[in-house]
Amino acid sequence: MKLLSKLYIALILIFLYAPILVMFIFSFNSAESVWVFEGFSLDWYKELIFNTTMLNALQHTLIIAILSAFISTVLGTAAAIGILQLRKKITKSLVMSVTNIPMMNADIVTGISLMLLFVFFGKLLGLTESLGFFTVLIAHITFNLPYVILSVMPKLQQTDSHLPEAALDLGCTPLQAFFKVVLPSIMPGVFSGFIMAFTLSLDDFVISYFTCGHYQTLPIVIYNMTKKTVTPDAYALSTIIFVAVFVLLILYNTMQNKSERKVAKR
Amino acid sequence: MKNSALGRRIIACPYYVWAAIFIIVPLIMIVYYSVTNPSGNITLDNFLLLKKYGKAFLLSITYALISTIVTFFIAYPLSYAMTKLKMSSQRLILMMVIFPMWMNFLIRTYSWISILANTGIINSFLVSLGLEPLKLINTPGAIILGMVYDFLPYMVLPIYTAMSKIDRSLLEASDDLGCNGWQKLKKVIFPLTLPGVVSGITMVFVPSVSTFYISQKLGGNKTMLIGDAIEYLFNIGPDHYNVASTLSLVLMVLILISMAIMNRFTDETDEGVII
Amino acid sequence: MKNENIVSLKNISVAFDGETVLDDISIDIHNGEFITLLGPSGCGKTTTLRIIAGFVEPQNGDVFFDDNKINGVPAHKRQVNTIFQRYALFPHLNVYENVAFGLRIKKTPEAELDAKVKDMLRLVNLTGLEKRKIDTLSGGQQQRVAIARAIANNPKVLLLDEPLAALDLKLRKDMQTELKKIQQQLGITFIFVTHDQEEALSMSDRVVVMDNGKIQQIGTPKDIYNEPKNAFVADFIGESNILDGVMLCDRLAEFSGKKFECLDGGFEKNEPVDVVVRPEDVDIVPLEKGMLEGVVTSITFLGVHYEIIVDIGGFKWMIQTTDEQFVGDRVGLYIEPDAIHIMKKSEYSGKYGDYSSYSEEIDHLSDVEEEEN
Repeated sequence: MKLLSKLYIALILIFLYAPILVMFIFSFNSAESVWVFEGFSLDWYKELIFNTTMLNALQHTLIIAILSAFISTVLGTAAAIGILQLRKKITKSLVMSVTNIPMMNADIVTGISLMLLFVFFGKLLGLTESLGFFTVLIAHITFNLPYVILSVMPKLQQTDSHLPEAALDLGCTPLQAFFKVVLPSIMPGVFSGFIMAFTLSLDDFVISYFTCGHYQTLPIVIYNMTKKTVTPDAYALSTIIFVAVFVLLILYNTMQNKSERKVAKR
Repeated sequence: MKNSALGRRIIACPYYVWAAIFIIVPLIMIVYYSVTNPSGNITLDNFLLLKKYGKAFLLSITYALISTIVTFFIAYPLSYAMTKLKMSSQRLILMMVIFPMWMNFLIRTYSWISILANTGIINSFLVSLGLEPLKLINTPGAIILGMVYDFLPYMVLPIYTAMSKIDRSLLEASDDLGCNGWQKLKKVIFPLTLPGVVSGITMVFVPSVSTFYISQKLGGNKTMLIGDAIEYLFNIGPDHYNVASTLSLVLMVLILISMAIMNRFTDETDEGVII
Repeated sequence: MKNENIVSLKNISVAFDGETVLDDISIDIHNGEFITLLGPSGCGKTTTLRIIAGFVEPQNGDVFFDDNKINGVPAHKRQVNTIFQRYALFPHLNVYENVAFGLRIKKTPEAELDAKVKDMLRLVNLTGLEKRKIDTLSGGQQQRVAIARAIANNPKVLLLDEPLAALDLKLRKDMQTELKKIQQQLGITFIFVTHDQEEALSMSDRVVVMDNGKIQQIGTPKDIYNEPKNAFVADFIGESNILDGVMLCDRLAEFSGKKFECLDGGFEKNEPVDVVVRPEDVDIVPLEKGMLEGVVTSITFLGVHYEIIVDIGGFKWMIQTTDEQFVGDRVGLYIEPDAIHIMKKSEYSGKYGDYSSYSEEIDHLSDVEEEEN
């Protein structure tokens, strides 16, 4: 029974990693094919380095991801605090339902609805180009917000409601109480909200696709690459991203372990 | 106290404004576009055109349902098998299940072409064994495989979380009360993991029913799903925004209905548990 | 007269969402005393404390501190400190930093701060635990950190909101003694909130008994126990047999169909009253010597004494006695005149004091979570 379940797990993992392995192998193919391996080469990686479209897109993606994660974390944390203060149950559940919409709705609908809004107001303002940097940024902030709110809110609920009062009692102004007591105790939630927002933004294709105009992010460039017959350069790019994410994840984990140990030591 | 409570309530206001402009108004825009024609006159003609897309809707729902069911039957035993392992292995496997999600989903989907293509990896292997090559790519099966592959982590995550939270003593209690393995699964484990199952199903069904990339790449151009139709209409120009909005609206309503059904499902069982 | 009252509440009323929590209460709290607000959950005692702390603004009435009106002064500007129900220690700071918190806010010079914190930790016996994280401490230790943190700010008044409710019985007893000791050492005013009457009686200089948002009685523990003002107080503090009676004239009451001599007076002739007789004040005597007679219906052995229930004409009395009795015995009861306490009729009359459904009365121990607003 135990062996069977281990075998099953292994099978699923093979299923999950097979395409990734394929991508990895063929990124080193010397030929243009993505299914016949002819020989090892780094040509596709070299080609990427000189690919300005790609590098621009990477830059765009990072800018959007950092900005949208930062703004949505600030907005979302403030929102979570305020929403929990709402007294009436109906108002609270109404606000939460609205908050959940971008998370629950199909990405394509969210993307299109935002695009319609941008195009509509672009026309009203007489802009020739209504889609671009600001519209992707707004779109990303919008779909990041529910994730930030939902990761901060449980932390806020877990914090003893007397903590801010204790701070006031000991002489803090309300603002000091927030920064010295409330924020540190919800920090893990705020941080994981930020990370989640950042990665969602990095990875988003569908919503960016409808709202980016000419401000192309990496997933859009990849999409354009896969539209034609794909050459291994798309695989090379993905392998780089994969490795980068992997390194980042490991760094993040060790950092977290370290800070946990530090806290434990204190 | 009063002042700080007021302060705390006020700091959510920027968010309320944001949510109103960028969540609610866009939905109103969809409704507005779907009941107007390109010149801005109110009309219900768009809805008449829906007939043309009936097949796409039906196909989308069928594929989404099948892939949701397949995903569930893969994920549930997987989660169960995982909980039987050491805690450290559980965490490792969970990480490994989630990790592909950090990869661009376009590429993950695309890699399947390498594997499934007529002269792809599987078929080269078959031919080298002296067997007939199979028709794998551009089939409904390939589309479903793509959906299952892309969205499997969404199903595993909530189910595994629910399952790992089950108190061991509950399982012991059910043993103690004479449940056999199957009864334990049916009467104890499944009801307790149901909220996880429901959110897993929603999290797989919604992207499956609205996808537009998987079907194009793995299904060839012959199958048009509703997501493809919407994307196509939006790409050919502003004159088609209205019909595309109508389709989006219908898709949204469809998703809302399916979510309402799923929620009812958990609500009722919640009450059942309390009683 | 200046400074005799450190805190005064005048005609305070509070309602949350239309529900009255405090109904026109007034208390003067003397400088340096240990005063306890005692009452069942929902009686308004915690709200009263929070008004003094500055967390709740009363809708009506005034709060005075050192003769200055402090309505509207925010919590952080008041010279009082609070020990919260579950301590509310800051989980991200260690023991030392928790105690130093208030001093840092006040920008106390480092050397002075360090001395003060160490002083405080010595006072609460926590020297050596400075670097420990809060969640590695036991309940009793957390309690001590909370005390040290609050008094490090040199408050004139310390507010304690059921601080001992989360501790187990043995630890609670120890902390009671210790809190009392600290209070005497510092000489500051302690305002203590509890639902535990024993705690209130043993620690306080004065007790304020509250119920339903109203003050039922203010007095020394002895007054409260011996001279309860109404049936509620009599029942809430200790055990009581509360009977319907009539005051025939001064020093003569009638209840259970008999006339009894007593020490009370000042009632109108034939005024209906509530009569309180404490279970330990009733003597079991042979039938012929009894002022009343009844049948024993239940016996509980409690170590120090027996608690027996005696049925007298349908009213069940609780009696504590060291003589063993048996169920079904007919016994005589004897009551000394000074054991009879007469109270005016109140809204609580008839609600309390009969032991007919008695079975180890459910204690109020489970209501720590109360009055959260």
